[in-house]
Amino acid sequence: MPRALTVIHALGLMLVVFSVAYLMPVVASLVYDDGTLIDFLLAMIWTAGTGLLLWLLTRRYKGELSIRHGYLLVVAMWTAMPAVATLPLLLVVDGLSFTDAYFETMSGITTTGATVLSGLDGLPPAINLWRHELNWLGGMGIIVLAVAVLPLLGVGGRQLFKAETPGPMKDSALAPRITETARNLWLVYTGITLACIASLKLAGMNWLDAICHAFAAMGLGGFSTHDASVGYFNSPVIEAVLIVFMLIAAMNFATHFLAWRAKNLKLYLRDVEGLATVAVTLASCVGIGTFLWWQGTYPGFWTSLRHASFNLVSIATDCGFVSQDFNQWPIFAPMWMLFLSCVVASSGSTGGGIKMVRTIILFKQAGRELVKLLHPAAVNPMKIGGHVIANNIVFAVLGFIFLYFMSVATLTFMLLISGLDFISAFSAVIACINNAGPGLGVVGPASNFGVLSDFQTWVCTLAMLIGRLEIFTVLILFTPHFWRR
Amino acid sequence: MKILILGAGQVGSTVAESLVSEANDITVVDTDSEKLRQLQDRLDLRTLTGNAAHPSILEQAGIVDTDILLAVTQSDEVNMVACKLAASLYNTPTRIARIRSTDYLERQEVFSADNFCVDFSICPEQILTEYIVKLIEFPEALQVLEFAGGRVSLVAVRAFEGGPLVGRPLRFLRADMPQIDTRVAAIFRQDRSINMSGDTVVEAGDEVFFIAATEHIRAVMQELRRMDKPTKRVMIIGGGNIGRRLAKTLERSYQVKLIEHNKKACANLAAELTNTLVLNGDGTDEQLLQQENVGEIDVFCSLTNDDENNIMSALLAKQGGARKVIALINRSAYVSLVQGGKIDIALSPAQVTIGSLLAYVRQGDVAAVHSLRRGAAEALELVVHGDRVSSKVVGRRIDEIDSPKGATIGAILRGGRVIIAHHETVVEAEDHIIVFVNDKRMVRKVERLFQVNLGFF
Repeated sequence: MPRALTVIHALGLMLVVFSVAYLMPVVASLVYDDGTLIDFLLAMIWTAGTGLLLWLLTRRYKGELSIRHGYLLVVAMWTAMPAVATLPLLLVVDGLSFTDAYFETMSGITTTGATVLSGLDGLPPAINLWRHELNWLGGMGIIVLAVAVLPLLGVGGRQLFKAETPGPMKDSALAPRITETARNLWLVYTGITLACIASLKLAGMNWLDAICHAFAAMGLGGFSTHDASVGYFNSPVIEAVLIVFMLIAAMNFATHFLAWRAKNLKLYLRDVEGLATVAVTLASCVGIGTFLWWQGTYPGFWTSLRHASFNLVSIATDCGFVSQDFNQWPIFAPMWMLFLSCVVASSGSTGGGIKMVRTIILFKQAGRELVKLLHPAAVNPMKIGGHVIANNIVFAVLGFIFLYFMSVATLTFMLLISGLDFISAFSAVIACINNAGPGLGVVGPASNFGVLSDFQTWVCTLAMLIGRLEIFTVLILFTPHFWRR
Repeated sequence: MKILILGAGQVGSTVAESLVSEANDITVVDTDSEKLRQLQDRLDLRTLTGNAAHPSILEQAGIVDTDILLAVTQSDEVNMVACKLAASLYNTPTRIARIRSTDYLERQEVFSADNFCVDFSICPEQILTEYIVKLIEFPEALQVLEFAGGRVSLVAVRAFEGGPLVGRPLRFLRADMPQIDTRVAAIFRQDRSINMSGDTVVEAGDEVFFIAATEHIRAVMQELRRMDKPTKRVMIIGGGNIGRRLAKTLERSYQVKLIEHNKKACANLAAELTNTLVLNGDGTDEQLLQQENVGEIDVFCSLTNDDENNIMSALLAKQGGARKVIALINRSAYVSLVQGGKIDIALSPAQVTIGSLLAYVRQGDVAAVHSLRRGAAEALELVVHGDRVSSKVVGRRIDEIDSPKGATIGAILRGGRVIIAHHETVVEAEDHIIVFVNDKRMVRKVERLFQVNLGFF
């Protein structure tokens, strides 16, 4: 038990840190004078107070976190943060149940971007900013941020970092110290976000929209300040800017950092995974654009290409902006988009899903098996970009894929039991576990997740959480080994 | 000349053997006294046991009045330190080191006078690799040696029935290929050099050495034998230093299979090579060879450390249907035993690499030396200096030069231009001359011929 109290001690401190995040909507409510100032201040005090209380009560148990408690802390943090983040929503939005509010904040912080709220255009600016800020914080990871600003976690920091960052190979050697690595990542992330805000402002958005959409694009969250999402602006320039930044966010931020530090764009050529991410996405854009034009969905080729590109990049990178109701497109197109959402995002990016590097590993593993049949004596290690991938990583990836599909199947069945139709159930689970956003059918781009029952909403919330923490981190808590001493 | 050789391994002992026969004072240093004893039993030289990088040992070995230091131990680092000590403490004029690691070779400044003071670095594995690559590129040739930075080549090829020139006198070569200039440097029939003139008839089975511009090699070979299909598939046995380099060089242009018996080495090889199929197994395992389709292999190279294994696997491959088999053989006795039998080419690493060392040791301005026919013959690239008075060759026609018996001037390089030597060609100062010497004992005389008389200075 004392060990669990150590976790609560750290959790308390993290909540205090998290309460700082309320400053942004507080400033926004002052600027826009939308009458939510008192609600945000209340939420801030309450969060900080709870955190402080937990921290003080357990300060006797301050100590180093072991590996297993690192996992516990990460999961605790990722369930507690959306819970406290619901406070302003519950205080401001009338008639919002806790279930829906929790779905909304979980969707925000896991960068899913699915929403249960309607009438987004009418929400107070501070509330919208709060939702988008959650997108942004969740993108790079709140614990990575904590590790960056607080060297408090010591040795355990690396474990926490690993438990939260997506991808099979987590020893990115950006700096000798984990704190330094985390700080570098956040620096690059913030820098690119500022560039995105400026670009969106230049492309014609107002400041609030520019900041909100930049947050959502860089975190690959996909919240919008409008019910019609990016379709509201109906601007090819804005869509083009967002496409560029979504692709940037779907690549490994370690690559961005290395390229920025060396001031050398050639480093991108060494990131095999990032190249595959961009290549597959762009090729699919052209393919789907041509397909829609051929099917006569849109009158001209360029219109087809524009709509196909924006929506495809948005779904494939697990962002979740929409500009058209792709539910109405011939079923091949949205299905292909959902498929891409499973595989396209790079590890170390802010996107979700299986990750491109795991897909590459699976493909190469299949190739290895074929070579092995032809040449039984062959020594054929797996190589990506000239580096050998150890067999234990290959096994870990195979295990991950299995758990991923088992999770998809289980969650889909749970939604089917509750009475949802197959397309809606399946696409909702895929959209949530990949942190993509809109699904098809009743949860398609034209409507939102508000139509789901409470039980269905909780299933989707769970899907988002295990998707963001890449399944292992969550499931490990449910194994008997974890609790055995 | 006083020469100090550090390291009595393959390279060291072969160099020692070759240099002793040229009347030099040789001292050999090694840590293995047994090796030194064997060497001393065979050759007339001094030996010393000890660490070649220690100043006290170097002093005992007489480094103070040494003319040339040859650091050829197993360790790059020992070689480099020895060169540094020789330069800094003892002012040794010429320092040559064997350096294997590409890490050092890629940064030539490591060897500069400010750093490790290595005048010349040689890498036997690299030389051997380049040699084999040539043989794979020209599968009909027995030997392809380059001069003048690759512009001129000396090629050994066995004449076969079916070549247009076979059975006809040499002078028809010119008539058959008016646009291509070449010169036949020597013909060996039943292992003996024969005296040549324009009327000499080429017989099937002759080993013909000719000199031509590198781009004409193929055309000349066509005169002497039917051409094979170009090489596509290569199999290499042994993933040591040479096998690894060879695979790395070849893997982009050929289909390469590499068989190595050590599992750990296999993993490293597979990590380093991108396009080579690395197989774990024994090169003498005929089932494995069969399974990997040895019958479809164009060139089979057996390059392990073990002579007997190399011979056996090359024989197995030949029997299995490989088109051309090459075996690496260290023991010189085996080389002459095997060459020309079922194994197409027996490679003696020492013979292939020694030339690059000899070039630095020779008197006169020698740009390159290649050892031929297992050390019995030699081809040299010499630079001529002086004028008509101080030099015995400058300003004279080729047929006026009093060249020793068995020495043939094959080609002249003048300012980047290749001139195939004929009777009436006149030699000028600063020409690079490629001379073929069919008896090694004549080399000294050839060197003396090309040296400048003292009056020049």
